[in-house]
Amino acid sequence: MSQLIYNPFDREMHPPYLSPEYKSTLLRAPSQPLVVVKQSLSELSGPVFGDTNVGPLDHDLTKNARRNGEPLGERIVVHGKVTDENGRPVPFTLIEIWQANAAGRYVHKVDQHDAPLDPNFLGAGRVLTDAEGNYKFYTIKPGAYPWGNHHNAWRPNHIHFSLFGPNITTRLVTQMYFPGDPLLQYDPIFLGVPPKGRDLLISTFDLDITEPAFALGYRFDFVLRGSKATPFETV
Amino acid sequence: MLQTPSQTVGPYFAYGLTPEQYLYDFKSLVGNQLVDPLNTPDAITITGRVFDGQGQPIADAMIELWDPANKRFGRFGTGTDPQNRFVFQATKPGSVDGQAPHFWVIVFMRGQLIHSYTRLYFADEADLNAADPLLNTVPTERRATLLAQKAPGGYTFDIFMQGDNETVFFEV
Ligand SMILES: [Fe+2]
Repeated sequence: MSQLIYNPFDREMHPPYLSPEYKSTLLRAPSQPLVVVKQSLSELSGPVFGDTNVGPLDHDLTKNARRNGEPLGERIVVHGKVTDENGRPVPFTLIEIWQANAAGRYVHKVDQHDAPLDPNFLGAGRVLTDAEGNYKFYTIKPGAYPWGNHHNAWRPNHIHFSLFGPNITTRLVTQMYFPGDPLLQYDPIFLGVPPKGRDLLISTFDLDITEPAFALGYRFDFVLRGSKATPFETV
Repeated sequence: MLQTPSQTVGPYFAYGLTPEQYLYDFKSLVGNQLVDPLNTPDAITITGRVFDGQGQPIADAMIELWDPANKRFGRFGTGTDPQNRFVFQATKPGSVDGQAPHFWVIVFMRGQLIHSYTRLYFADEADLNAADPLLNTVPTERRATLLAQKAPGGYTFDIFMQGDNETVFFEV
């Protein structure tokens, strides 16, 4: 008999809690060491989502909030694969998506950036991976926007993602960036990631998925924590 | 292959992850009712707040609650309640793997580049808590941070990111 044990978060890839250049971490980062869990059935379970949870236009942010026309901005198609560290596809897992519009403005009521809202764009969507772990969605390329972290602070163009994977240990919330963005080198959120991990957050331009006369293509893959089989302990 | 790094949920997650709670025109997949309280006689309400290192309630945290016994999941943001509480309807979980009843609580917020995990145990389950393998690995003086306290209709569970009562967070 054996059971699956999930690898821990790879701290050479993930940002630390305390990252002083990103000022909001100062009062919000836990200061005590984490208590290590010996994995059990409790944390090796998690919510399951399916086709019925995803609406017909959830995967197309250019269509799912239209009022009187098309959203403004550069239409893009984003695709990729969700795997675990062993390269095994993660099928039928939920990806939730949210982002600013082409002008760098969020619909969120707290966002007071003086840039226009787009009546035909919400900026929220979701998609389920297929049996091979692949996903694809359509959206508008998000704009850069200013934030209050330091003088003249601007977030690079990015799309927010939330993923589940097979159980609560594989939960991941992250952001996808765009190749060649000059703001990346100044962004404390991106730079909070250890150098080894940064490139993995930058999508690649993909001419093969680019749809002629319609939308530029980008590829972005997700790698969730992997597992290995270990013998059951007999106590 | 290398794990994709985590990034913060940021301040603007609500219309994507908790849209109905924040009154955005987008369907929520997950809400704060792990059970329907009208049809569940033993339903309990779990409320709490998340405090920063200066003792201020955090208004832009997102809390996820996982009941591993009943396999039920909920999600709530702290930005809609006037006191910045999170509120869940659930039932008290049963035992899994011989452990004391507990929920997993996953905490996301602006200012956290990676989410945190904690467990909610019940203060009125002293015997089961005393035998819980994970609780027993937590330093004695910090165990109380993991205990939800009985309140009318349910329990309260406050989360302290820092300070003297800093909540115990886990490496899962
Ligand atoms: Fe953002």
